[in-house]
Amino acid sequence: MTSASRTGRFTPYIFLLPGALLFTTFMIYPLADAFRISLLDWKIMPGAVSPFVGAENYARAFNDPIFWQALKNTLLYAAITVPAQMALAMLVAVALDVVPRGRVIFRTLFYLPVITSWVVVALLFRYLFDASEGGIINFLLMALGLAKEPIAWLREPGSAMFAIMALGVWKGIGWSMVIFLAALQTIPPELHEAAEIDGATSAQRFFGITLPLLRPTIVFVMVTLLIGGFNVFISIYLMTGGGPLHRTESILTYMYDQAFNQLQFGYAAALSYILAIIVFLVSALQIKFLRSPTEM
Amino acid sequence: MTRRVPITRTVFLLIALTLGAAVMIAPFLYMISTSLKGQIYVLDVPPQFIPKQPTLQNYIDAWQSNNFALYFANSLIVAVATTIGTALISAMFAYALARFSFRGRSVAFYAVLIMLMVPGLMLIIPQFILATKLGLRNSLPGLVFVYIATSLPLNVFLLRGFFEQLPRELEDAVLIDGGNHFTVFFRVALPLSTPALATVAIFSFLFSWDEFTWALTAIDDMAKRTLPVAIATFQGQYVTQWGLVFAASLIAIIPVIIIFVALQRFFIKGLTAGAVRG
Repeated sequence: MTSASRTGRFTPYIFLLPGALLFTTFMIYPLADAFRISLLDWKIMPGAVSPFVGAENYARAFNDPIFWQALKNTLLYAAITVPAQMALAMLVAVALDVVPRGRVIFRTLFYLPVITSWVVVALLFRYLFDASEGGIINFLLMALGLAKEPIAWLREPGSAMFAIMALGVWKGIGWSMVIFLAALQTIPPELHEAAEIDGATSAQRFFGITLPLLRPTIVFVMVTLLIGGFNVFISIYLMTGGGPLHRTESILTYMYDQAFNQLQFGYAAALSYILAIIVFLVSALQIKFLRSPTEM
Repeated sequence: MTRRVPITRTVFLLIALTLGAAVMIAPFLYMISTSLKGQIYVLDVPPQFIPKQPTLQNYIDAWQSNNFALYFANSLIVAVATTIGTALISAMFAYALARFSFRGRSVAFYAVLIMLMVPGLMLIIPQFILATKLGLRNSLPGLVFVYIATSLPLNVFLLRGFFEQLPRELEDAVLIDGGNHFTVFFRVALPLSTPALATVAIFSFLFSWDEFTWALTAIDDMAKRTLPVAIATFQGQYVTQWGLVFAASLIAIIPVIIIFVALQRFFIKGLTAGAVRG
């Protein structure tokens, strides 16, 4: 492996040390500690003993209707925003792949929401979806005759979830699009030309050539977006705070509320482990569908 | 590269793309417009798309009120420290994985791999308890340590792939001339990896500049706040002064946009590195 004989025994470890130290302290240890905490009835008072309760915190989740609501919202968010982002991103990427000019400027414009912080865009969408007649979405809907009176978007669970998902899709399209576009540009144009000569329509070429060649990229994007979707937090936290009455809660907003407002650290740690298991299963699917990630 | 496409279709596509781009950009334009309005006009009916009496007052107020300049400085310190720390520490870690064989190599590799899948926020409770014990609450280093650790896995993967592709001959030449592995790393490997390091630097800068949840949780002391937390509390603090919130937001976004537009090619390369070849 190593080319030179000069490698001291400790040299590799010196290179690893700073990273390993931070990584172990702030990632590996917390991962183990979160599991330990999830088995305790955590007392925040310094010096207080936190009794071991086994799987009680996990059992509590299964009997907690708000947990089920949060899980349902999280899955619904992922199930709707992921395909929506991917389909729209693919349309844009295919169009950008064939236009003769303007690719860089369009790519930049579609990417702008991606690089903008979640805090800013969540506040921006709160403002756009303002309940009053002066809220721009309400104004446009009423001007187009689609609504008779202003909609209290963020105060009703259904419309609030819609606004939260609209933000997720709008912010995410650019990321998938950039990756799809890069993958599209690796497809040799000869393939399409040959198919065209054989009389294939553009739809046939898309489903017969483009999609199969993009399969690994599509799986990668899908898994990454699913994981991102399961982790939805800041948008809900800042747009509705999980309300009204926990109806727009996601697993993470509920976990955060249990931890830092209710000070139920044990229960919150159990909630975060349940989410981690879901995410881990999805990631395992990725490894199954893609080649080994070491080759990435 | 480009296939010949009928002109009518090109025109159609360009119109469709322009409409799509308009939807992406409109919220930003409206945010800019609102940031130039006085408070009484922000939810005016009908909305003013172009402010009738534009004013820069929100920007002046945002910058002067509430220690905004201090928050900006905090964010800058945290982002610069995270960027430099992440680039150097991930590069060292990745170099060890790419160039040496040693006991524990596969353990280190798989630990990093598993952490790629762990949702960052699930560690926030133990991280909070740990930071309290170590006296890292209400401290900017407490943010930087967690940010570097969080961004390590992804960047190690990116850099490891890059180091493995570097030709070994140059490194061997330095070793034969009597240099050690540190000279090789700093004089040969790092300079040859500028594009990959640029990608890592951009990602870590943006990540730490925008990070909200850990900063919100670990910092109670107002003087240690970073921009995203400050902006979020701006919103809660007043009977939402939207003009002020968006002026502050735009001040925070500007560095991000400058970095993105100037360094776009590194950005795109890094984003697509794992995905497209996979």
